[in-house]
Amino acid sequence: MTPDSAPQALTATGLNKSYGAIAVTRDVSLSVPEGGALGIIGPNGAGKTTLFNLITGTVPAGTGQITLFGQDITRMDARQRCLAGIARSFQVPQPFSGLTTFENVLIAAAFGRGLSEKAARPHARAALEMTGLAPKADVLAGTLTLLDRKRLELARALATGPRLLLLDEIAGGMTEAECVTLVELIRDIRGSGVTIVWIEHVLHALLKVVDRILVLDFGKVIAEGPPDTILSDPHVTSVYLGPEEAA
Amino acid sequence: MSKSVIRVSLLLAVVTLILALAPLWAGRSDLRLIGEIMAYLALAVLWNLLAGYAGLMSVGQQAFVGLGGYMLMISTVMLGLPPLAALPLAFVLAGLVAAGFARLLFRLEGAYFAIGTWVAAESVALVFAGIPALGGGAGMSLPTDAVRSIAASREMREFVIYWLMLGLGIGTLVGAWTLIRSKPGLALMALRDNPVAAVSVGVNIQRIRFWTYVLVAAITGVIGAIIFLQKLRVSPQAAFSLQDWTVAVIFIVVIGGIGRIEGAIVGTAVYFLLREILGDYGVTYLIVLGVVAILVVSFSSGGIWGLIERRFGWSLMPTARRMTDR
Repeated sequence: MTPDSAPQALTATGLNKSYGAIAVTRDVSLSVPEGGALGIIGPNGAGKTTLFNLITGTVPAGTGQITLFGQDITRMDARQRCLAGIARSFQVPQPFSGLTTFENVLIAAAFGRGLSEKAARPHARAALEMTGLAPKADVLAGTLTLLDRKRLELARALATGPRLLLLDEIAGGMTEAECVTLVELIRDIRGSGVTIVWIEHVLHALLKVVDRILVLDFGKVIAEGPPDTILSDPHVTSVYLGPEEAA
Repeated sequence: MSKSVIRVSLLLAVVTLILALAPLWAGRSDLRLIGEIMAYLALAVLWNLLAGYAGLMSVGQQAFVGLGGYMLMISTVMLGLPPLAALPLAFVLAGLVAAGFARLLFRLEGAYFAIGTWVAAESVALVFAGIPALGGGAGMSLPTDAVRSIAASREMREFVIYWLMLGLGIGTLVGAWTLIRSKPGLALMALRDNPVAAVSVGVNIQRIRFWTYVLVAAITGVIGAIIFLQKLRVSPQAAFSLQDWTVAVIFIVVIGGIGRIEGAIVGTAVYFLLREILGDYGVTYLIVLGVVAILVVSFSSGGIWGLIERRFGWSLMPTARRMTDR
């Protein structure tokens, strides 16, 4: 765990979530210092996206406590957590399909920052320019390619003016070149002071950004620490890559 | 304001002016028909906001039409007020009842909400059928002196009621368009397209849903008051008719294009066209109506307007924000 002296952006303690008899996350605890970047890895079905849903408030946690920049947000709903500074990208893009790219981002800027439509415009434009979507500003979001939809997820999250950004498998399905651009972009975002938590299977991209990695398996944290230590841990490699490959 | 908005506003103004002068060029039955079309246009625009944008599939809007109709009787017969005073009162009564319903109904989702609204409407109908002072199950007529107080001659009364319906039809359409072009409109469109994403970017969907429901109900109440001002007679069966005030409206919005402002206009046109052509054929008319509805929704979930929009990229009442706009 990170030293107590550094101020924490996000602290989650003892998060549990079950659907009926099936526990999706079991006693998950994590913390990210302000300005830090945490990577989350784990096999499919390990509960990574559920963990994001619990942090953003999309799904209520069974038990546990979540603190954002020292403020207890456990009882807040997803909207209030957005206003408190959390933004996310969805693993499966969730655009407002009947609206243009610009309108998608404008909504995020206006409501996420609590601004008038007019005052939100520059923020929306900036988010599109940063993510390279400006040329497609007036195109219907429902007609965008997968890559552009992923960019839109990022642009919309950025437009809310987040202090903590949660990225859910945003590099999945990208080409090598696209991945390089994405990594640069995320590093820039981090450089501007935004704390990052990133779920990703594309390890080489993840490793260029994060300073710590947390491994989830069957809803439990099985390891947490600096990338080198984690990736050389035989337990992690056997869980994540399968026992044959680890051997 | 963008050029297209000004163009559409001018067109609307011209159409409204021509229609306002209809007493000069249209006969009595035509006037009644245009008035009815306007009332349905308003109901369709409102139901579209409710179901198409806010995701509230209400099948109980007849509750508010009926409340408006009964408010007319209560205020003229019981309170002795002039008939037109019923309009603002209907607005308030329907809005307050909707706010009360919302507390209960908003706990329900999807199909459960729909059934809930229906049950709520039936309960309101039963309440009014049980009030002897309002004629009970048989209903009652507007007293003649109250009718006369609208205007002395019968002709002038028809004109006044026509203008009220015209104002309401066009007013509701323009009001909805203005709403969609404002910041709450962004929230409504976000809600229409993706409620989960809307919440995650900070949209207060509970609040927007509540106010949409209450405002739509309040205006529906006013429409009810005007409709029964024309009919001069109200009964629980007519005032709270599921068929007349909700089923027909759903048909209009669904074939016209749900979740699009233009959908209500196109749907109302198609509905009245079919009714005028086939209205005398009874069962055949209903069969054709059903077949049209099935065909339209099978080929285009966005209704007739959705098809036109996709095919030609038209926008009759533009709401899009462009990045380069000021």
